[in-house]
Amino acid sequence: MNPSMNEKADMLESDFAMFDSWEEKYEYLMDLGRDLHWPKNRAQTDNMLIRGCQSRVWLDHEMKDGKMVFYASSEALIVKGLVAMLLSLYSGRTPAEILAFKPDFIDRIGLSQHLSPTRSNGLLSMLNTIQRTAIALQNA
Amino acid sequence: MSPTLTNGFGSKARVDWDSIRLDFPLISGNDLVYFDNAASSQKPKAMLQAMENMVEHSYANVHRGVHTLSQEATDQYEAARKTVARFINAADDAEVVFTSGTTDSINTIAFSFGEAHIQPGDEILISGMEHHANIVPWQLMAQRKGAFIKVIPVLENGSLNLESLDSLMGPKTKLLSLVWVSNSLGTVNPIPYIIQKAHAYGIPVMVDAAQAAPHMPIDVQAIDCDFLAFSAHKMGGPTGLGILYGKRALFENLPPYRGGGDMIDRVTFEKTTFQGLPFRFEAGTPHILGAVAFAAVLNYLSGIGMRQIEERERQLSHSLRCQLKADFPEIQLLGTAPDSVSVVSFLVKGHHPMDVGVLLDNQKIAVRTGHHCCQPLMDRFGIHGTVRASLAFYNTEQEIARFLLALRKTIRLLR
Repeated sequence: MNPSMNEKADMLESDFAMFDSWEEKYEYLMDLGRDLHWPKNRAQTDNMLIRGCQSRVWLDHEMKDGKMVFYASSEALIVKGLVAMLLSLYSGRTPAEILAFKPDFIDRIGLSQHLSPTRSNGLLSMLNTIQRTAIALQNA
Repeated sequence: MSPTLTNGFGSKARVDWDSIRLDFPLISGNDLVYFDNAASSQKPKAMLQAMENMVEHSYANVHRGVHTLSQEATDQYEAARKTVARFINAADDAEVVFTSGTTDSINTIAFSFGEAHIQPGDEILISGMEHHANIVPWQLMAQRKGAFIKVIPVLENGSLNLESLDSLMGPKTKLLSLVWVSNSLGTVNPIPYIIQKAHAYGIPVMVDAAQAAPHMPIDVQAIDCDFLAFSAHKMGGPTGLGILYGKRALFENLPPYRGGGDMIDRVTFEKTTFQGLPFRFEAGTPHILGAVAFAAVLNYLSGIGMRQIEERERQLSHSLRCQLKADFPEIQLLGTAPDSVSVVSFLVKGHHPMDVGVLLDNQKIAVRTGHHCCQPLMDRFGIHGTVRASLAFYNTEQEIARFLLALRKTIRLLR
């Protein structure tokens, strides 16, 4: 049985709580980034780019058994790590689950500067895109 | 504080840079290494004091009131114009217009010059290392007027291909608008030479001096430019204030860019006649406090001496460049033109600039990452962005050492 989104967010939070220093947090994040791979049989095209990012972020999804499966990547390793974390949380959920979830876990793990609504990177846009897609699917 | 000098060239006296650093409250009380000066510089106390002084003693609107306070404010505002004129050695105070920034200054000329002089099929010449602010205003004008943009190419080392000038300039070329110092590479273009060349073809020249004015003495008569633009906030002054210099003969015959109060001679509903320079280009209430504060900053900079500032910044950025080259094989420097100032742009090979910037930020190092509003230049080098360290005279060798240490750690973390 899959953990719920809230349970998964708690797990992510406790993963990060193990690290005392910012160095370890970022090393962990970059390891997550290195392990994130875009499926070989799936094209990665410009229309999947999330706007408003300093580093390019690609996001694609498909429906499997009523659940949204996401694929994403980025050229910046730290962003890729954050993206990997988002996917571990959001991918494989129903639109209803996604919309019911309050995305405050980035705050909880002490990386909130990466979600600032400025032009620094596209994570906020990525979250918005995930939520908009979920709304569209729910209303379809 | 040092006394006011008559221009930006300053004295030959030795400068105590440690005590100058104390004039900047934010950095002197902080262990932050601020290497993002090309984006915006930190502010000296002189700026705050001038603003405070005016707010407490002589603030009112300018050019309108018969009352004493308005006269005093007008005097200070016009004295600020005189200070700017002296700082860039303009022949006439009226050739100095206050705008909201370099971008606004360039837009003003793009519009007004375009209205007066551009016909379908005409050409505007710019270069491949321009900031978006010196590209887009000309594109907008060119679209409106049916004109074309021509581009001086950039060589691999980040300098301009000067040999291409003759083939790019001709009877259709109506204006050259060129950056003096590149904001993303630090390249100093040979502006006097290029202006001379353009004038030989009868082409007027606008200079984007946003990254030049903070770092070197400027003499508009010596370089013989026709228009020149820079921003206050990149050289210790307030945000929201810029300078547009224009040579009188050309400038005073241009139509206004914006309409409003202060720029008119006589208004009826049928027809309005306009003021001459500089008021024709200052519609509405200007940035009075900003102009007065900026004048205080210019006096402060002149007190140090712009030659001394230039020398100091060349030394610091040269030192940073050399150490990067000598000790960091992982680094690729962008822009290795023989003449450069303040800006050091680089990549950590195989790593995205943003990762480098974030890891440096965690070590209290402020640099800029990204395309620096120069996407065509980034395309030229086949990259999406760089890490940019930009130095000011109040930075120190100790800060460079801390930066290099932090960079070393960043590279280790990225591996």
